Amino acid sequence: MSPLVLVFISPLVGSAVLAFMGHHRNGRDINVAFSFLTFLASTFLTAKVVAHGPMFALDKQFFIDSLNVFLVTLTALIGFTTSIFSRPYMRIEEERGKMTPNRMRLYFSMYQLFNCCMLLALTTNNMGILWVAMEAATLTTVLLVSVYRTPASLEAAWKYFILCGVGIAQALFGTILLYMAAQRVIGHGLNPLLWTNLNASKAHLNPVIMSLAFVFLLVGYGTKVGLAPLHNWLPDAHAEGPTPISAVLSGLLLNVALYAVIRCKVLTDGALGNHFAGHLMIGFGLLSVLVAAFSLLRQKDIKRMFSYSSIEHMGLMTFAFGIGGPIANFAGLLHMTVHALTKSAIFYAVGHAAQKAGSQMMDQIRGLIKISPTVGWGLMMGTLAILGMPPFGVFASEFLILTSAMRQLPWATPILLLGLGVAFGAIFSRVQPMVFGETTMKRLPHPPALLPVFVHLGLVLMLGLYIPTYLNTWFLQAARIIGG
Amino acid sequence: MTFTRALSQVISVVTPLALAPLLLGWVNQVRAWLSNRRGPGILQPYRMLHKLFNKDSVMADSASSLFRFAPYAIFGCMLLANAIIPTLSTDLPLASAADAIALVGLLALARVFISLAAMDIGTAFGTLGARREMLVGFLAEPALLTVLFSASLNGKSTALATIVEAVVHRDFAIYPSLVFAGMAFTLVYLAENSRVPVDNPSTHLELTMIHEAMILEYSGRHLALMEWAAALKLFAYSTLGIALFLPWGIGQRATPSSLLFSLPSLALKLVVIGAVLALVETFSAKLRIFRVPEFLATAFLLGVIGMLTHILLGA
Amino acid sequence: MTELSIQLVNLFASFLLMLAFAMLAQRRVLTLINLYSLQGLTVVAATTVVAHMTHQEHLYYSAVLTLILKVFLIPWILHRLVKRLNVRWDVETLINIPSTMLVGIVLVVFAFNLALPISRLSSSVVPGTLGIALACVLLSFMMMIMRTKALPQVIGFLAMENALFFAATSATYGMPMVVELGIALDVLVGVFILGVFLFQIREQFESLDISHLESLRED
Repeated sequence: MSPLVLVFISPLVGSAVLAFMGHHRNGRDINVAFSFLTFLASTFLTAKVVAHGPMFALDKQFFIDSLNVFLVTLTALIGFTTSIFSRPYMRIEEERGKMTPNRMRLYFSMYQLFNCCMLLALTTNNMGILWVAMEAATLTTVLLVSVYRTPASLEAAWKYFILCGVGIAQALFGTILLYMAAQRVIGHGLNPLLWTNLNASKAHLNPVIMSLAFVFLLVGYGTKVGLAPLHNWLPDAHAEGPTPISAVLSGLLLNVALYAVIRCKVLTDGALGNHFAGHLMIGFGLLSVLVAAFSLLRQKDIKRMFSYSSIEHMGLMTFAFGIGGPIANFAGLLHMTVHALTKSAIFYAVGHAAQKAGSQMMDQIRGLIKISPTVGWGLMMGTLAILGMPPFGVFASEFLILTSAMRQLPWATPILLLGLGVAFGAIFSRVQPMVFGETTMKRLPHPPALLPVFVHLGLVLMLGLYIPTYLNTWFLQAARIIGG
Repeated sequence: MTFTRALSQVISVVTPLALAPLLLGWVNQVRAWLSNRRGPGILQPYRMLHKLFNKDSVMADSASSLFRFAPYAIFGCMLLANAIIPTLSTDLPLASAADAIALVGLLALARVFISLAAMDIGTAFGTLGARREMLVGFLAEPALLTVLFSASLNGKSTALATIVEAVVHRDFAIYPSLVFAGMAFTLVYLAENSRVPVDNPSTHLELTMIHEAMILEYSGRHLALMEWAAALKLFAYSTLGIALFLPWGIGQRATPSSLLFSLPSLALKLVVIGAVLALVETFSAKLRIFRVPEFLATAFLLGVIGMLTHILLGA
Repeated sequence: MTELSIQLVNLFASFLLMLAFAMLAQRRVLTLINLYSLQGLTVVAATTVVAHMTHQEHLYYSAVLTLILKVFLIPWILHRLVKRLNVRWDVETLINIPSTMLVGIVLVVFAFNLALPISRLSSSVVPGTLGIALACVLLSFMMMIMRTKALPQVIGFLAMENALFFAATSATYGMPMVVELGIALDVLVGVFILGVFLFQIREQFESLDISHLESLRED
């Protein structure tokens, strides 16, 4: 069986099994097992692509190149670590009466299905299927956001559904326009929606249609990336759903949506021959950084705060890919990786901290380091990492983004620095009393799973100090595909 | 030649004069039938006009000369409007004098006079009616204009005769813009002629009446002129609708014989339109006055959509 | 024959535009659902005509799929929802319909302008309809923004999907079958999830008024 097929089969079967077994005592372990299987399959897939170069599968409907294969691995890895984190987390939630057996089944089943949709979106070669997978990913998570059935979670889920539904509809219109442009160029017999076919003849795509198509695609997928001013759903969905879902939303969904934008940008750049797409992305990126940074100042809820930080970082990546060129693209890809790892690690730590405090309000969480040093240090280190302190990987990628901004768009550098500075002040001043200081919190009934936190942070630290050669070539190849 | 032209113009002026009360009578008769009444017969409007002309006209003490003059002005406006609409033939001598926009202006002039006359005496009902009439008018006129613009985009001219000729000469086709314009026109038609969803023509004692409230103070020959003018207005709108949307069978030369040939087809269409109007009136309930702006906004909207689709779809 | 087909597609397109406005101004939930199925039927008719005109066989399939899904199944689900939620006689207070309509007209002009350069380039036999489809998308979008009740918002969402389907049919003779099946599946699952959702919302708030859902705000 080819690893690609296994990558899909594993979460799909997992979802079906967990739909019946999810409430069982072993449901959590089954979830971890299937996620591990997916991760294993994705590593095999990666090894294969690294060894043999880009590959097609299933009548060219699937296409793996350096750009998406590293995202596949990242997605499978975070899917796996999050499943480890959900073991104790969801157990505690169940014992506290927030989850019923039915909800557990829904949770585990949808978790696997969500992973499946993400991987489908990443590996498909068909722009239409990409859309379908993105929409399906929304549908699978929307019920997870409202799984606690509290008024606030229902509101968040409703907002999430409606806003992303509207956004994704714009993306469908963009896809239709793309198809229209492709039909004129790509002859019969070839499927005009396959990205590889489009990429081969991108220079002949009509520029007028393509520019409009890109606007719609950017607005559509950009809603899912969480770009301002389309970001309103993101903090609510992150804050009100279960914390493992916040981790995968930030770590995976946003990345995959950005991946979709990048694929579209490659085609648009080829058709237009100018930086129209890049300029749009730069604009949206800068706006997101600023809006998120200043929203950070007003946050009281810890998960909301870190979700705004996600918006900020997604804006930074969009900005980097908007600049284009080998260095900025490299920085963007690196930032995608380290942000996904760091942010999910933070959410793991935050989840346990909030469970200890019995509240997500930051003024209720105090003195983590006294009651459970690992959670406290995990949160502190994650925060330092996400704020771009050396020697973590985020520092390296942000440094690269800033230098390429300085070289190509000098006027944007102060804006970025302002955003990063405000975010630093806002987050650090709040996390510091949460970690240190006096505590009133109680112990958890089950030991928290902190291995994922430190594995992620370790990886981020490694990426800050040293990028392995194969990873380096991999990023460079992907950066070349994006071009610009 | 000049004589026949003059004669044909006379025919096209006299035809509305003669037929307008008949159309009104027909509509009332059908309404009566539809509500299971015997009805007064389709000649009732003539009898009423005859009766009113033979009565003395009574004036309020506070009436000014405007009040006395208004019925003649309104009647004149309506007659002129009928003369410039291609009813029987597109070759009208007077047609070059006025186009579609002038027609709307003419109807607006009549509205100004009737509203002023209604307010002249200073009774509560008259003022109420005048205000409502202006409300309807200022919403209906733009809608009517969009309808006429849609039609003139098709005919590439604002002259009514040219528009009608363009429609007649083209092969039969479905024009979305004309479909929209037709729907918009129907709504304006109902509102402007004080028909049921907006006003009730057969009432004299309702707080919500519009047209009847304005002519409440008139009597004798003045009232007769007012009633006749209202009938002429209904006739003008009906023939305008026919000319714009169902012009087939209209004569294209202004000889009296060709006019007489096109008379049967016109009569047939009017019979159908009158029956449909009565049907609509029977089946719809009167709108609250607050909803009238919505009704007319819909008409305006349909007219604008008609224009836009013409621009986009080219038809 | 082709001439007549083109005219028919254009007519259906204009009809869709009118339905979009009608939905924007409709107060009653039940009528809204009926308008939605009528819209679906119009799309089916347009698709069939295009299929006949261009001899694209797969368009017949998607027409049948649309007929089953959007004319019968989804409206049926919505009707059941309305019955079970007992919101049958819900009348929404819409503020100022005439000015909503005016904004709608502005949107239509905007959409037409946006689509005009593209329709000139289109190889489709009915190039103008793309603008109408885009206008319908924007109008449904506006409907979702203006409505305060949950069910009309959902219908706005579905109407937008209908308009997109029409755009695909008229501009590109439909997307590949795989994609259309995927989209149809997404929509169907979406409606089911929304149904579940509406019950949950009502359970929590004892009303389907979205204005209750305003506690999550930045403060």
